[in-house]
Amino acid sequence: MARQKKTLSADVAISADVAIAGGGMVGLTLGIGLAQSGLSVVVIDAAPQAELTEPAFDGRSSAIAHASCRLLQGVGIWPHLADRAEPILEIRVTDGPSRQFLHFDQATLGDGPMGYMVENRHTRMGLFARATELDNLRIIAPDKAVSFEAEAAGARLTLESGIIIEAPLVVGAEGRASPLRQWAGIPTRKWQYNQSGIVATIAHELPHCNIAHERFLAPGPFAILPLKGNRSSLVWTVDPALAEEIMSLSPRAFLAEVEKRVGGFLGKLKVIGPRWTYPLGLQFAQRYIDPRLALVGDAAHGIHPIAGQGLNLGLRDVAALIEVLVDARRLGGDIGAADVLDRYQRWRRADSLALALATDGLNRLFSNDIAPIRALRDMGLAAINRMPAAKRFFMRHARGTVGKLPKLLKGEAV
Amino acid sequence: MAATPIDPSHSAGNGSESSVDDEEIARFEAMADKWWDPEGDFKPLHRLNPVRVGYLRDKVTAHFGSDENAPTPFAGLRILDIGCGGGLLAEPMARLGAQVVGADAGEANIRVARLHAARAGLDIDYRHTTAEALAEAGEKFDVIVNMEVIEHVADVGVFLGACAALLASGGAMAISTLNRTPKSYVAAIIGAEYLLRWLPRGTHNWRKFVKPSELADALAHAGLRLSDIRGLEYNPFGQTWSLGRDTGVNYVGFAVHAGSEN
Repeated sequence: MARQKKTLSADVAISADVAIAGGGMVGLTLGIGLAQSGLSVVVIDAAPQAELTEPAFDGRSSAIAHASCRLLQGVGIWPHLADRAEPILEIRVTDGPSRQFLHFDQATLGDGPMGYMVENRHTRMGLFARATELDNLRIIAPDKAVSFEAEAAGARLTLESGIIIEAPLVVGAEGRASPLRQWAGIPTRKWQYNQSGIVATIAHELPHCNIAHERFLAPGPFAILPLKGNRSSLVWTVDPALAEEIMSLSPRAFLAEVEKRVGGFLGKLKVIGPRWTYPLGLQFAQRYIDPRLALVGDAAHGIHPIAGQGLNLGLRDVAALIEVLVDARRLGGDIGAADVLDRYQRWRRADSLALALATDGLNRLFSNDIAPIRALRDMGLAAINRMPAAKRFFMRHARGTVGKLPKLLKGEAV
Repeated sequence: MAATPIDPSHSAGNGSESSVDDEEIARFEAMADKWWDPEGDFKPLHRLNPVRVGYLRDKVTAHFGSDENAPTPFAGLRILDIGCGGGLLAEPMARLGAQVVGADAGEANIRVARLHAARAGLDIDYRHTTAEALAEAGEKFDVIVNMEVIEHVADVGVFLGACAALLASGGAMAISTLNRTPKSYVAAIIGAEYLLRWLPRGTHNWRKFVKPSELADALAHAGLRLSDIRGLEYNPFGQTWSLGRDTGVNYVGFAVHAGSEN
């Protein structure tokens, strides 16, 4: 009955080159990049746009690696958020209470910041601002796909509102629980870490000097990331039971826990904005493609936030998919054809898996307090710190400039 | 196939000078429904296609002074794809913005092509006809695409004469074919048809392959000048094609009116 009602309300068919389900940071960046290259794009998002651009700070920020920043520049988003992005000029890694630490600074690579911290609301406002500049990009929100049908020459996406979108290619960018991935019957491998993430923002008395701190404490990593002004974003990994407890603490008690972990180097602290918590897990789709379907971002892979690479990994998918689709279109090809999608999958799958396993390994290595392991990893950190080549290797990873890079991540036009 | 009447609106009937060899048409018709399977009988053409389209895009945009990176660089051009087969070239050209007429002497090919274009939502005017018939009807095109055709026609001179007559003033024609060399005999006949089974045996008749010099002469006779010629080289390890200097097997050329500058 519900179905019937919907079809009565609106049975509109829209045709586009690409339909993207999910208008988050990854999905909308993809839509913008493709539209800028001349393709017609429809992005469908479940959240009403007005809510997402509300000026109230929701407490969440993201690290945008150097390479991702190039992509955002290439697709015209960066100018809309550059003023609100805080550069990361140094990264200091310490192992718990020990004094051994790894120190990365931009002087080692001599090529500008390693990345930027941007509040998610500012990134979204930048995305929306850029989106309105593109005539061939249409955002349908709030709405969501209720069915997907792949046919020989194209796909059809039916929305809850009754709108039907016909496109040679549909992209699933709806995050970890991607309905498109499930409808296509693409299995995932996943495991939960016995960890939860807590995210909060603090204001502090002393400047952060654009230094990101990553501390490996026994329950998991604790990161202090520089935001605009005298503010920092905290990403704090704890045991799930403890997470619940911490989340229910009074503001004062919560601040005390924060102070215990941050220490005194930033002076007096104050918690601003809400706290968030997430269960941490790794999830990996067995395929990134299906006939007439491609998955990007968390729909394809969710990784441990230890290295701050989740969004960046999604943006690497975006850059690769834009390049593959634009190349195909410039040759007049069918952008949803099997060989085109296959090129995307071959390009991205190995890279994502390598990063997922690396972050998994790092997390396992550092999230424990067994004495011999601690001794070994301290020796390792000390050794790496003395080897410029090894440091450059890790820094390139942090900056996202390793592997066979899509042109947009190298700062080139597609 | 012979029993099916040709659509009278698009055909001038069986002219005495028709260059189409009946046996050749019958061979391709047998393969027609497999045109669009990239791993099927036409895998070699599917592999070759990106290089052919890339060459066309670059040469045609340079000739007409349009932006090769525009979303529709062929907008405003009327293009004839002669020997269009299942539409492997016609569809990309339509996506690049051209107004495409696809002509093929094999009726099954035209049916396959129409069906496929309709499914892909592309507006392509497919006609079961020949270059000679189109010329007689007085049709004109900005670009004629003549890929992997002349090695199958009965008389290259007559055929290219008809093509020249179809070319609008300032137009251009892209031609690809197989060279008649010992190397092409080994690669295209023994290799592709017998050893690798890429193509059904008997697809090609080596004696009908065309040397670049013969092509240039036939074009000159028709008032056209071969302004560019490139080898289409196959890399068996990557199973990829690329443009190069070796015209010993497959090659592609670009022809313009004899008096034209570029």
